[in-house]
This record gives sequence, C-alpha cells and structure tokens, in this order.
Amino acid sequence: MQAVEKAIKEKARALLADGTVDRVLGWEKGEYCYDNTPAVFTAENLGNLVYNSFCGANLSKYLIAESKKEGRVLALLKPCDTYSFNQLVKEHRIDREKVYVLGIPCHGIADVEKLNVKGVKGIERIAEDGGTLTAQTLYGEKTCEINDVLLERCMACKGPEHMAADDVIEDTAPVELRKHDRFGMVEKLEQMTPDERFEFWRSELSKCIRCNACRNVCPACSCLKCVFDNDASGVAAKANVDTFEENMFHIIRAFHVAGRCTDCGECSRVCPQGIPLHLLNRKFIQDINKNYGEYQAGADDSSAWPLVDYTQEDVEPGAIEGGKN
Amino acid sequence: MPELNEQKSSSEFKPLIVAFCCNWCSYAGADLAGTSRLNYPANVKIIRVPCSCRVNPMFILRAFQRGADGVIINGCHPGDCHYSTGNYYARRRMALLFSMLEYLGIEKGRTRVEWVSAAEGQRFAQVMNEFAETIHNLGENKRLEDLRCKR
Repeated sequence: MQAVEKAIKEKARALLADGTVDRVLGWEKGEYCYDNTPAVFTAENLGNLVYNSFCGANLSKYLIAESKKEGRVLALLKPCDTYSFNQLVKEHRIDREKVYVLGIPCHGIADVEKLNVKGVKGIERIAEDGGTLTAQTLYGEKTCEINDVLLERCMACKGPEHMAADDVIEDTAPVELRKHDRFGMVEKLEQMTPDERFEFWRSELSKCIRCNACRNVCPACSCLKCVFDNDASGVAAKANVDTFEENMFHIIRAFHVAGRCTDCGECSRVCPQGIPLHLLNRKFIQDINKNYGEYQAGADDSSAWPLVDYTQEDVEPGAIEGGKN
Repeated sequence: MPELNEQKSSSEFKPLIVAFCCNWCSYAGADLAGTSRLNYPANVKIIRVPCSCRVNPMFILRAFQRGADGVIINGCHPGDCHYSTGNYYARRRMALLFSMLEYLGIEKGRTRVEWVSAAEGQRFAQVMNEFAETIHNLGENKRLEDLRCKR
C-alpha cells in the first residue's frame, strides 16, 4: 500500500497543479494509527494524506457536502465506495460535474476490534508488508495476517472493479477475491424459531446507545432532515426499561435504506457497541434478490431501485418468509 | 365466587386492531359493511388514508407502540388504485417490512394486507372477523409494546 499511497499523492499533485481539481478528499492520520479519518487536502498539506489498510471510511457521503462548494474535488474511492457514489449520483445528491473520481485499489480493510481479539493491543505503530501487518505495541512487536482480521464487509468483497471512475490507479499486486457466504448468517437466523430470533435481536439491539453513528455514516442516509431528528419521533429517550425504541429505530433505519443500501458495511464498522447492523440490511437485500430479481444498488447510476419500482406480478405481503415459524 | 368470575370475564383479552383503509376502496367497503348491517368486531379502529401507499412503516410501529395488537392495511385491488400505481408500491414495501418484523422475531400474522374494493362490504366484514380471530389466538402484543404507553 506504500506504493499506492505514493502513486495517489503524485497523481493528486499533478491534478492540483494543472487546475483539474481544487481540493483532495482523502484520509489523514487520526488520533491513533488505526483510526484514519476523512479529511480535505490542498497542495500545502497533501503530505498528510495517508492510505493503508485502516482507511475504512467510505468517502462518498462526504461528497454531498463537498460537491456543493466552489470548485472541483478529487475523491479517492475504493472499489466498494464507488457503489455508494453511484447511488448518490442516481439520487441527485452529488453534483457529478464537481467531482473527479480517482479509483484506488484496495486489498481489504483491517478491523481493529479483531486485532484486539487476537491479542494485538496497545498499538502504537503499524507497518504493512504485502498481506502481513506488523504492529509495534506497548507489549512488543506482534505480527498478524490481514486476511485474519478483515472487516465483515471485506470478507464479502464486491471485487476490484470501480463502478465509477474518471481515472484509476493500477493495482500492481492484486489480491485474490475472498470467498465468503454473504447471506450465511441471515439464513442461520431465519432457521431459528421466532423466540430464538427475538432473543438474538434483543441481546444485540439492547446494546444500542442511540448515538446515531450508523445513521450519520451511512451513504444512503442522506436526508437533510432525518425522521429521527424530530423531537417527537420518540427514539432519543433511551429509556432503559423499554425495548420499543431500539426496535423501532433499527427497523426504520434499515427500512429507509432498503433497496438503496449497497452493503458497504459502514454501519457495522462504526457501531461503538458492535451491533451487527449489516444483518438487517442484508435481510432486505436477500428478500429483494429473491423476490424482485438480483439487484446490486450502485452498480449503475440510472436504474430504478426496487422500492420505487413494481411489477404486476409481485408477491403478496406476508408471502416473503422472514424466518421459520 | 361470583365477583371473581365477573372480574375474569371483564379482563378477558379483547384485541385492539388498527385498520388502515384507503379512501377510495376499502373505506367505502367498510361503509358498505356498515350500511348492510354486517357484523364485525367493534375493537377494529379504522383510520382513513388517501391510499394504501400512504401508510408509512412508522405508522404501523406507532400503532403497536400505542397499544394495538394487530395492524391491517386495506387497499384497492392491484390494478384498481385510484392513483394507478399506489398499491403496487405499498405491496412491495409491506412485503419487505413484514418479512423484517418476522426476522426480528415478531409473531407472523400480527400485520396483514388485504385488498378490499368498495363493493366488497361482505368481504370487509369477513376479513375483519378473520383477522380479529387470528390476533385473539396470538394474544397480546408483547414484543412491540412500549411500557411507557401502558395505562
């Protein structure tokens, strides 16, 4: 990734110099070396740009605000980020003319939670070499294969192709696509009894602190005024004896992005409580694929998504199995 | 002990059912059921909506929050929508929402969609009787209740 970072900086410098773009949207080092944060760069501070296996943030959503400003912005998009980008262009949320998309290669994003579980804690510095992460920790040097600590979304990688790009940085050492049963967990849940499912979701959703991080990070959640910002929506009370708020928040959040969710997995990545939110999104995706035809949101920037479309032969409500009874 | 028996019968579970009825077909169907003097349970509360696709998933959850035990949405038959296509969209939305509720462990059958035309008063009463029976068998809504809204 060192070589890619260098290539990105060279390309960005060239584009800034010839006036094609005015700003660069990328990542800079956060508080720790593993929480790289989205940032906007100009020629002066471009040196701070980083790109490594901890640049998980999907920059597409930031383009909504960036493309409203003067001038053109260079956006660094990983292959899976381009799906969200396309979906936002489709919804007229991003001004395509004001964005120069530079497709960058990605070899998978590491999940720091999984590193911690593997005993790599107190990380001070991390170096990458091919697929191996070498971490300098408070407790000495530790190494780890990146394939063992990938984010859930990277295990169901959509592939190395960019769905939208004005230019692409070549991947000199492509990695093999991971084979992962994307809907495996959804199917496992469906096989449970309703009581078991209810218990499973209770144990997961009861962790929710309603920090709204999943909503704020989601590229599909781009409403200027969100239903949950309404004081009367009744989801901000965080009543600890009550389960309704959590259920309502998560059902509605998932429903509002149904059909538009590209399964980018940002919601699960940012959840401070580790709730597997992608399992809700994937349930909708699976239902849509099975009943309304295979659909990948963001694979193009023009087709109608399943919930703004219909056929006369659609299945009746109640006919779709939400799980065993 | 007569008093105890009396108490028991008064606390017998009477499901509260919210029925969203589209203005153009089902509401008129309910009207016809009424003018035809057909019997259907009095604890079905009808809410008139301009079209079945006006029903936001939030309305359904809200109904459960405020104490409903079952929610039924009635619309025009597919193809007969006053606005041409509204019920087709409603059909997709509700199909996905109901599946999600089931996935979260909410009992199947607490929510339902039926297509009832303005001429189907008989069918309206029949659907409501059936649905009330289903909800009665399912019992009280426990999994989507809001304790703060309990009286």
